[in-house]
Amino acid sequence: MRRSSQFLSPAWLAVLTPLGAFVAALAVGAVMLWALGVNPAVAYAAMFEGAFGSLNSVADTLVKATPLLLVGVGICIAFRGGMLNIGGEGQLIVGALAATVAVLALPAWPGWALIPVALTLGFLAGAAWGAVPGVLKARLQVNEILTTIMMNAIAVQALNYLLRGPLMDPQQILVGSFIPQTARFTLAADLPRLVPTRLHAGFLLAVIVAVLAWVLLWRTTIGFRIRAVGLNPFASRRAGLRVSRYAILSMVLSGALAGLAGAVQVMGVNHRMFTDGSSAGFTGAAGFNGIVAALFGLLHPIGTIPAAVFFGGLIVGANAMQRAVQIPSAMITALNGLLVIFVVSSDIWRRRMVQRQQKAEVASALGVGPAAEQAVPP
Amino acid sequence: MIQDLLSPTVLAGIIYSGIRLATPYLYATLGETISQLSGVLNLGVEGMMLMGAYAGFYITYRTGDPWLGLLAAIIMGVLLGLANALITVTFKAEQGISGIGIFLFGLGMSELLFQKTLGSVATVSGFPPIRLPLLGDLPVVGDLLFNHSLMVYGAYLLVPLVWLILNRTTWGLKIKSAGQNPAAADSLGVSIPRVRYATVTIGGVLSSVAGASLSIALLNVFQQNLTSGMGFIAVALVYFGGWSPLGALAGSLLFSTVNSLQNWIQVLGIPIAPDFALMLPYVLTILMLAFPFRKARQPAALTKPFERGEG
Repeated sequence: MRRSSQFLSPAWLAVLTPLGAFVAALAVGAVMLWALGVNPAVAYAAMFEGAFGSLNSVADTLVKATPLLLVGVGICIAFRGGMLNIGGEGQLIVGALAATVAVLALPAWPGWALIPVALTLGFLAGAAWGAVPGVLKARLQVNEILTTIMMNAIAVQALNYLLRGPLMDPQQILVGSFIPQTARFTLAADLPRLVPTRLHAGFLLAVIVAVLAWVLLWRTTIGFRIRAVGLNPFASRRAGLRVSRYAILSMVLSGALAGLAGAVQVMGVNHRMFTDGSSAGFTGAAGFNGIVAALFGLLHPIGTIPAAVFFGGLIVGANAMQRAVQIPSAMITALNGLLVIFVVSSDIWRRRMVQRQQKAEVASALGVGPAAEQAVPP
Repeated sequence: MIQDLLSPTVLAGIIYSGIRLATPYLYATLGETISQLSGVLNLGVEGMMLMGAYAGFYITYRTGDPWLGLLAAIIMGVLLGLANALITVTFKAEQGISGIGIFLFGLGMSELLFQKTLGSVATVSGFPPIRLPLLGDLPVVGDLLFNHSLMVYGAYLLVPLVWLILNRTTWGLKIKSAGQNPAAADSLGVSIPRVRYATVTIGGVLSSVAGASLSIALLNVFQQNLTSGMGFIAVALVYFGGWSPLGALAGSLLFSTVNSLQNWIQVLGIPIAPDFALMLPYVLTILMLAFPFRKARQPAALTKPFERGEG
């Protein structure tokens, strides 16, 4: 598939494209800030300071990066298998819900048992949510972009139902305030803190998952087959691979990692599940921003690590900027959108360059064209 | 309690608001249908709706004239549509991803502009309901069908108009050929980029107007993430409706009626969790996509940028 062969090589241009897009987005952002009557240098300085200026801010950045990294690595796996997973939002939500149910149902369990069980349930719930679009795409050729969007909407309704009904905090019902949230989890369910900051062990877990995903994709047969299926399903079928099986697997893994992200988020940050009626209330649009991070990480699990930290920093920095110069943090969402547009739009030059190289190689191999003419003296 | 739902007043209410609430879906779905038929998937409808909703709301608030607000939304739609055409046609970007970019841009930008220019404005007076002469005086039907805002009538009039353009004009033929077999169309002298620039721009305008129909005709408010997923639903409704304007109408009405049913269930205090009713259309859409009862195939060149000489 054309999709999977994009953004990959030549290597230096692949790295340069997102950086160029980033500079362009920053420039557009500067113009916007200037138009809003704010000195861009001051605003950006506040942003950087807020994201990386102190131990606490770095910790916050890494906390924000955690769901982006997990979702992003999942996006990488799906993309390598020829699937575009737009369903991160829904998968995050069902993962968090599954973990929530486990934690609420097992109040007496100690942390060492409860945390793995809850995380596993989140992982599995996300996998199930990813499996539906995966199976529909691989077996019935239903466009996965659409089904993942539908699955997002279904997850939000399930979330709203559960939090306004069966999972609502009994205390809320007693007092009569009916805020759609669960009770606070038992302390045993809190993910351990790494340093005396808000940073929790979920970030480490996410980094380990990213490395494991790289091992899976580039060091195992299964991973090789996923990539083969993504690159060329027809050739893979000819070679005897069960194409739909590996396509589904890539989507299941992708959903599972987003589900894990949801479980980590609710147990590491919120310590209770809540809803504002939409999906972004809980996820903070991590299901979409994870796509941005993966794209910036060149759709490679290892590359997604710095990319996720970078975008985590943007989110934290945006809040700092809002406090410092009264520019709504929504501006960063807009700039993220521009970044995505710039990256996918500028890819055309890289593709052209690859084509030119290939043409030259073919020409010289066939003994025609400029290369061959030079080789044979008249 | 349940039988309350079947009382004439409530039934009339459900139908009335079902017809009303179909408006944004209709505009957006018809625009997306045209765009997809020419081979371009616009996944950024949601972002464009938000921008259109903001533009319409802001200008209506400043001038007090919803017509100027509508004009602002149309101009916003032209700009966003042209930008999207540049991205997808000229730069041949991966449409599934660029659409997410447009969505994020519209989500953030509309919120940023709203907070910086208005902050916390409650409402505007948008297009009021207009009772049509003669038709509006009919018993029952007059109240249900012919007592709506101009933007509601506009959405329904657009259905036959789009059908006519697609099925009874040369231009409609060009649009569909660009989506089905661009190479063949190109060889017959149809300029694929020109056709797609036009359709994508129309898609942008209709998305933007869809958003404005919420902010200056149906709800008369603007807030962060006002559309809350409607734009994504519109994209799915195109598939649901099998790339036909009538299918878009059916899908839009189904979604809006379920929404309005759910509103009434809440108003009447019926102890059914409304969330399951709200889930239904999505589940139905997935089933429809998985098991189409008639063979509606997507345009062969959908999401494929056109390159001369690639056959």
